[in-house]
Amino acid sequence: MLVLLAYGIGSEARRAVNPADKVLPAPAQIVETAQRLITQPDKRSGDILFWTDTAASLERLGYGVAIAAGIALVFGLVIGILPIARTMLSPFVNVLSMIPPLAILPILFIMLGLGEVSKVALIAIGITPFLIRDLAQRVAELPPEQIVKAQTLGATSLAIGLRVALPQALPRLLGSLRLSLGPAWLFLIAAEAVAADAGLGYRIFLVRRYLAMDVILTYVIWITLLAFLLDLALRLVSRFAFPWAEEGL
Amino acid sequence: MSFVEVERISQSYGGRPILDRVSTSAEEGEFVSIVGASGCGKSTFLRLLLAQELPTRGRISIAGAPPAREPGPDRGVVFQRYSVFPHMSVRQNLVAASALGANFWGGLFGAKCKAAQKVADDALDRIGLAHVAHAYPSALSGGMQQRLAIAQALMARPKILLLDEPFGALDPGTRITMHAFLMELRAETGMTVFMVTHDLAEGFKLGDRVLVFDKPRWDPADPNAVGATITYDFDARDGGIPFQRLQETTHVPIEL
Ligand SMILES: Nc1ncnc2c1ncn2[C@@H]1O[C@H](COP(=O)(O)OP(=O)(O)OP(=O)(O)O)[C@@H](O)[C@H]1O
Ligand SMILES: [Mg+2]
Repeated sequence: MLVLLAYGIGSEARRAVNPADKVLPAPAQIVETAQRLITQPDKRSGDILFWTDTAASLERLGYGVAIAAGIALVFGLVIGILPIARTMLSPFVNVLSMIPPLAILPILFIMLGLGEVSKVALIAIGITPFLIRDLAQRVAELPPEQIVKAQTLGATSLAIGLRVALPQALPRLLGSLRLSLGPAWLFLIAAEAVAADAGLGYRIFLVRRYLAMDVILTYVIWITLLAFLLDLALRLVSRFAFPWAEEGL
Repeated sequence: MSFVEVERISQSYGGRPILDRVSTSAEEGEFVSIVGASGCGKSTFLRLLLAQELPTRGRISIAGAPPAREPGPDRGVVFQRYSVFPHMSVRQNLVAASALGANFWGGLFGAKCKAAQKVADDALDRIGLAHVAHAYPSALSGGMQQRLAIAQALMARPKILLLDEPFGALDPGTRITMHAFLMELRAETGMTVFMVTHDLAEGFKLGDRVLVFDKPRWDPADPNAVGATITYDFDARDGGIPFQRLQETTHVPIEL
């Protein structure tokens, strides 16, 4: 609330000095711009750019996060359960997680082209090491009593992985995914800013050239709202799918 | 040859002896209580019986089988805590007891699953947990959780049941109920039990024998130099008063 108030005052002050000021547009103007963006189709393509941008970005984010989650689940379980895998893979993952993902963005563009693959890859590469480490730790923390109990019921290592470790890793995966969404958005917008022909990040960096603060702010508010909704969705899924994991993630 | 044979087993961690030449044997259907000071190696002994660890020296054989290399369905176990699966409901825990060992990926489908559910429901009725069949273990009292854990361990029909302070975390009232529960199950199944406890009275009440673990010698220079072994083996039948039965069942003519 205070931020909004401060913005209102700042915007008012600047426009009192210079009515054509574009840096801090009036809230009313942002609402107006937002309405136009959401409803009016682009003159050339006939699509409403706002929605095509949103769809493009969410698709990349979805693929990136899903791939990262899948890889993390497999490696997290293996590293967490099998001591041999831990000694072999753990240092490797630790080193991987120290590579700044944005620094390898150019490599991805060179190797995978400027299309969708490189953007999805950046998101996946960016968040996978964290997810693996978090999951492996969670799995390794399972009480040994549980594993022994499963063994005395005749379970094989695979059965223990699938029926004991995996179900208990899933809520933790959702929890760490929630934490990873922030970085995931960062990587998405960075990749889109460098090379794309649609996407929320792409649009922001495109209209920056025209100092179209009203458009940028609309997109920023929209991205914030999307991030909030995704977080909420993950939390709800976690609560309904894993009622036994009562420790609020 | 007895049902359970423990032959001169020793266990040390990093050169530090914990158990030293422990030998004992137990008959099928016997209930053996184990007591001893904290840290003297009672849980270690149980882990060796369970084959969760292998002894540095000596061998353990159960029902004449060669020594096991890892825990398997011939041994059932209940620990003080974490003995049930928190992500499964009470009923699922019992179904899993049949399902986990059924095949290499640990799941059952169709008719076999139905059958396992039927068995689980029967067990739930018997142990008085039918009303919480769909609750998760975290919602159960400590006593209920242990009852579930014992029932789950027995589903696999183990040759021996190993209990490590199973009632250690329960209040005295609940313990008494659990004793009755355990004795009932035992009368039904005639199973062989090893139970570690810190409660002497509990050990004598439930057990046919009470084994006391302690260090046979005390080295003042290095208290860790000697491992513990079985220093006493009490007959705990008939309320811990031996020979009572002997007098009842022999008919020595009394000459006046
Ligand atoms: N894996 C291990 N590595 C090293 N030392 C161990 C290991 N397991 C147990 N110990 C040591 O062996 C000793 C005996 O442990 P154990 O758990 O068997 O004792 P306990 O008799 O069950 O004690 P309590 O009554 O407190 O449960 C302890 O001093 C413990 O520190
Ligand atoms: Mg112990």
